[in-house]
Amino acid sequence: MDMIIATNTLITLTLLTLMGISVILVIRLRSLMSVILVSAIFTLLAAGVYITMDAVDVAFTEAAVGAGISTFLGLATLAVLKFSPNVKAKEDRFKDSIGPLCVCILVGLFLILGAWDMPIYGDANAPIHQHVANYYLAVSYQEFGIPNVVTSVLGGYRALDTFGETTVVFTAAIGVLALIGATNRKPQQVDIPINQDDDEDLDEFTEDEKEVERMLEHIRQSGAKMTAKRLLKGEDK
Amino acid sequence: MIFHLDKDRPMAENWIGAAVIRSVIPLIMLFALYVQFHGDYSPGGGFQAGVLFAVGLVMYAMLVGISKARRVLSMGYLRFLVSLGVLIYGGCGVANMLMGGNYFDYATFGGGYHAQEYGVLIIEAGVGLTVFASITIICFVLAGKEG
Repeated sequence: MDMIIATNTLITLTLLTLMGISVILVIRLRSLMSVILVSAIFTLLAAGVYITMDAVDVAFTEAAVGAGISTFLGLATLAVLKFSPNVKAKEDRFKDSIGPLCVCILVGLFLILGAWDMPIYGDANAPIHQHVANYYLAVSYQEFGIPNVVTSVLGGYRALDTFGETTVVFTAAIGVLALIGATNRKPQQVDIPINQDDDEDLDEFTEDEKEVERMLEHIRQSGAKMTAKRLLKGEDK
Repeated sequence: MIFHLDKDRPMAENWIGAAVIRSVIPLIMLFALYVQFHGDYSPGGGFQAGVLFAVGLVMYAMLVGISKARRVLSMGYLRFLVSLGVLIYGGCGVANMLMGGNYFDYATFGGGYHAQEYGVLIIEAGVGLTVFASITIICFVLAGKEG
């Protein structure tokens, strides 16, 4: 048993060290592409930490969303950007960085202070394990017939909460669609402009109609030319 | 740059990546289905399954380009799916109320203790559909933007 705990601690420490290294890399690196890829590595390591905590479902959500979807979105953003993704390194000036440094140290101290009061990881006497968790563990199989307690809590005892979460995801998709998703819809009625140089709005017509439109355009232009010539000649006389 | 989303074959020159993606997509989708339907026995559930399925489709989009991937599952269909998931979830609760119970009182489905399993299965299906369609919509819309 002690052997298992020691191995677990070793694995966790290794993962956390690697996470620290990748954070420093993200700060130091100047190429945006590398930053995105190192962030993906950071997320994968976080998924590993969740596995050592026996939270496998959280781990593969983290791996899929963090390392998969977020990296994809980051790379897609880079593909859309027109400028070169290499951000030029500014000269490090101590005077400019002293303010942010103070804020970072202060926030870090507050976080450590907050973590001081937290129960030790895995402590059976922690408040979170004294409230309803024992009841769920004891009764959920008799009440639901589902071996996975997490599923019976999410889908049974807390079904209304999960409904709220689903609605949040739904709202996110609707928000993205409403903000930038509906640009490629064609307007229902198109007023055909009379004097339009480009052939963009001819796409909806058949080949014959396009031909007629081009001929009309030609006639209009030649008519305009003749009028202009006449006017010029009239001025000459 | 290794990544051209707006071209027809974005990974044509990166054939190692293309080969890996092509062989991994079916496994990911199968695993997503496993996570969806075995959520009551093994870790996972609707949310994880939806995300995994979306990852499969997004990887396909990386392979063939966003416009071709959109032809597999069009935007209108995705919009329908995202709403259908929430409707299934909420409709399950409403059905319980119509059968004379409380909101999400699965016992009204009948069959004793299996009723709870049916209820959880139905709402997990709703969650999975919504999450899958949402993530796919977000990726397609954001990555399909022309700069």
